[in-house]
Amino acid sequence: MSSTNGNGSPRIGFYVCHCGHNIASVVNVEEVQKFVATLPGVIVSRDYKYMCSDPGQELIQNDIKEFKLNRIVVASCSPLLHEHTFRVAAEKGGLNPYYFHMINIRENVSWVNTDKVMATEKAKDLARAGIQRVFFHKPLIKKEVPINPAVMIVGGGIAGIHAALTIANAGKRVYLVEREATIGGHMAMFDKTFPTLDCAACILTPKMSAVKNNPNITLWTYAEVEKVEGFVGSYKATVRHKPRYIKEDLCVGCMDCIDACIYKEAKYPDEFNQGLSMRKPVYIPFPQATPQVVLVDPETCIDFKSRRCKKTCIEACDRDAIDLHQIDTYEEIEVGTIILSTGFKPFDAKRAPQYGYGKHQNVFTALEVERLVNASGPTNGEVLTRDGKKPKSVGIIHCVGSRDAKTNKWCSRVCCMYSLKLAHLIKEHTDAEVYNFYIDMRTPGKGYEEFYDKLLKEGVHFIRGRVAEVTDWALMPEEKDRLTIRVEDTLIGTVRRIPVDMVVLATGLVPRDDAQEIRRMFNISCSNEGFFLERHPKLAPVSTFTDGIFIAGACQGPKDIPDSVAQAGAAAAEALSLICAGKIELEPNTAQIIEKDCSGCKSCIPLCPYSAITFKDDIQKAYINEALCKGCGTCVAACPSGSIIQNLFEDEEIFSEIDGLLKFAGLETGALCSTEMEVQ
Amino acid sequence: MKYLYYPGCSLKCTGRAYEESLLAVFKALKIDYTEIEDWNCCGATAYMAVDEVNAFSIAARNLALAEKQFEKEEEIQVIAPCAACYMVLIKTMKYLNESPALKEKTVHALKEAGLNFTGRVKVRHPLDVLINDIGIEAIAKAKKHPLKGIKVASYYGCQTVRPYSTFDDQRDPQTMDNLVKALGAEPVDWPLKTRCCGGSLTGTVAEVGLPLSYILLKEAARHGADVVVTACPLCQFNLECYQTDINKKFNEDINLPVMYFSQLMGLAMDIPQKELGMQRLFVKPEKVLKTVKGGEPAYV
Repeated sequence: MSSTNGNGSPRIGFYVCHCGHNIASVVNVEEVQKFVATLPGVIVSRDYKYMCSDPGQELIQNDIKEFKLNRIVVASCSPLLHEHTFRVAAEKGGLNPYYFHMINIRENVSWVNTDKVMATEKAKDLARAGIQRVFFHKPLIKKEVPINPAVMIVGGGIAGIHAALTIANAGKRVYLVEREATIGGHMAMFDKTFPTLDCAACILTPKMSAVKNNPNITLWTYAEVEKVEGFVGSYKATVRHKPRYIKEDLCVGCMDCIDACIYKEAKYPDEFNQGLSMRKPVYIPFPQATPQVVLVDPETCIDFKSRRCKKTCIEACDRDAIDLHQIDTYEEIEVGTIILSTGFKPFDAKRAPQYGYGKHQNVFTALEVERLVNASGPTNGEVLTRDGKKPKSVGIIHCVGSRDAKTNKWCSRVCCMYSLKLAHLIKEHTDAEVYNFYIDMRTPGKGYEEFYDKLLKEGVHFIRGRVAEVTDWALMPEEKDRLTIRVEDTLIGTVRRIPVDMVVLATGLVPRDDAQEIRRMFNISCSNEGFFLERHPKLAPVSTFTDGIFIAGACQGPKDIPDSVAQAGAAAAEALSLICAGKIELEPNTAQIIEKDCSGCKSCIPLCPYSAITFKDDIQKAYINEALCKGCGTCVAACPSGSIIQNLFEDEEIFSEIDGLLKFAGLETGALCSTEMEVQ
Repeated sequence: MKYLYYPGCSLKCTGRAYEESLLAVFKALKIDYTEIEDWNCCGATAYMAVDEVNAFSIAARNLALAEKQFEKEEEIQVIAPCAACYMVLIKTMKYLNESPALKEKTVHALKEAGLNFTGRVKVRHPLDVLINDIGIEAIAKAKKHPLKGIKVASYYGCQTVRPYSTFDDQRDPQTMDNLVKALGAEPVDWPLKTRCCGGSLTGTVAEVGLPLSYILLKEAARHGADVVVTACPLCQFNLECYQTDINKKFNEDINLPVMYFSQLMGLAMDIPQKELGMQRLFVKPEKVLKTVKGGEPAYV
């Protein structure tokens, strides 16, 4: 008889929790306790103020010993919160933890009902369903898998750099894969950082070279992850090395090839400088690029078009480092954990046509102005309009592509602060009048509000209102040949026209274009906005729903440098915690194929969201990899021959539970086992 | 596709040229339309401010009539050329579909008149129909006289793309510009495409209304426009008929033709001027006429 399930006739202990007033104020817990005591198989029924507390857990353990209980049911909060707690308590009492079952009468009953009588009835129904279910529970054994101590980090911005260094410094192997030719990410483009105004390069470049020089870090730039297979502890990743047409091991970054290029003038927009300066087809992204290796852009190099270039670059290189015939190469690595720190993309300012980006030449994006104020930028730190003039008046428009029903609804979190920083820097560099047009000033961070206060004292103007438009249409003589910002000043209640020489758009942060493809490759989820989704917004902020894959930085949502670094540290700690444990226990609620019944129809294989099912060609049966299975049950429901079963969700468990639930209406489902229960 | 046509009051009086030219163009492009029988005023913008339920009911009556007339059609597409009618009918659809309480009152009122409103009408702007149903290529193909060298300022006004941007961008609309391009003319990129012309204020509070029209005319002229085209009877009226007053008040010498986009289309498609209501214009679009006819303007 299945209900004995290995440890004799069911002797059930039932515990209903008051949860302070959370449950007891709506559900009559005493009545529930008394009701359950009358049910078949129940030996002990108790109510207690806080079941999750130490005395509560001890109650269970003592009862197991005293009354020889072999099943435990607790009616309290959500299993998400305390299922683990009670399983451990049952285990300490000497029971297999899967003889425990939890019923949620807080979220499902007391928090969503006001009628005490009905709520108590519902709690009783749920309790009876749980009691009937636990009859059929079986002892389950957790499987352990070993953790490969190597970590792959995807994306070499400040988050990836920080995570890589943290793990490498703990003595573990790190593969840092970056798709651009240099690490550094967006932070490398910034001049100064808020609110301390320390120079971004001064704090970033030492970390970049530390990455390059750390013997535990394998740094692969200009490389992309192509494929990921496996599961927590043993992932296998295929990385594509894109051809930079330079032998990375030979190049020392002397840049003689750049001087020797057949193009005497640099004539192609420099990506790193946001197109504000020009580069040659052979170039280095920026002077402090790491690694210090040049690359050739096949889109602009004349040899790739005609194959008839004189190749003066090759002649100039006395280390023979240039190889214009390089092709993609692939490398496979095995790692136990993965950290994704793939960053963000700035909002495309052209999507807000009312601000005239791309139409009026003196409308800039914030990132462009970051390059302008940067001493190593295209103007050596001079803030100039596109017609080469020093602006006398500059308007910074906040929330471009943020907090806007037409584009993105989210707040990008960093724009208020970087707008303040740019306002300060522009004023310092040009002595111009600077206007900030904001909806709300959002400065919640250490020293942030103080920085805002400092800017107010510096005489930067703040106008509260969402800008309607930036126009070159002059209504007043002082607007002639300038840009006019039209805005409703909501503090003084009037529409204003403010003529300026330069407009800066504080563009928001959006997910990268290929975030969805990356999400699929790594088998994680994205939020509605398209940022990578964390396992829990508060309690598991850098974990994902795939074990062993962590996220850090702006790929998870807009955040500034301190927050990105904090998350990177957290993700590194999560990875190290797995590595140090050396192994990980897997939940045993997985599905299994009953091989003798499987017809080999393959229906289940494409349905598995975790790619856990493969097909065994030799015996023509499906096979479920337990390490990959998350116990979602999709295959169990889909199998036409009913030849997949899932631990903890077997038919008799579910039917018996339904039967218990429906008894309130006098319904007897006649479920397979209800009448056969072996009761002491 | 079959369309129902809701002219609205303006197109039968001050904006007759809009109706004449639009229907002539529809005919030439073989657009199958039928006028809604027994239609009434949409209530325009004024009635909404007086009594919302009544205003929605009289606007919805037209939609209910459309449902009745095209009872058997799978899709009911109503073309509303006047900017105010278009906006009011879309607003009515939106409010009634989103507010069950309001819908109940309106349906009750219509029932008294033996009508029913279910909300299955789609209100379309003729620009939307021309660009998205007929297609820019078919229009380019239908032109017989390319409007070479003519600079056209497209003026959308406040209601066509706002507040409901059903077929074009609210801030930087392009439909009419693309249409103008298809006719062989050169669209003027000017910043005031959707700025208000003064609306009814030009007639009621001239010192507020007139400067608004003046700004538009002056800016269109400054950007080199030979002609302004519009899709709104009130915009056309304000911009064209008040030019004498504007010149007197602001000491200017503006003489800028303002016509309906459908008139411009008709001219390029070689539709006789009388069928396009060209004789109703006060400011003659000499340059356009010269281009299409290569000679004298032929007013009747």
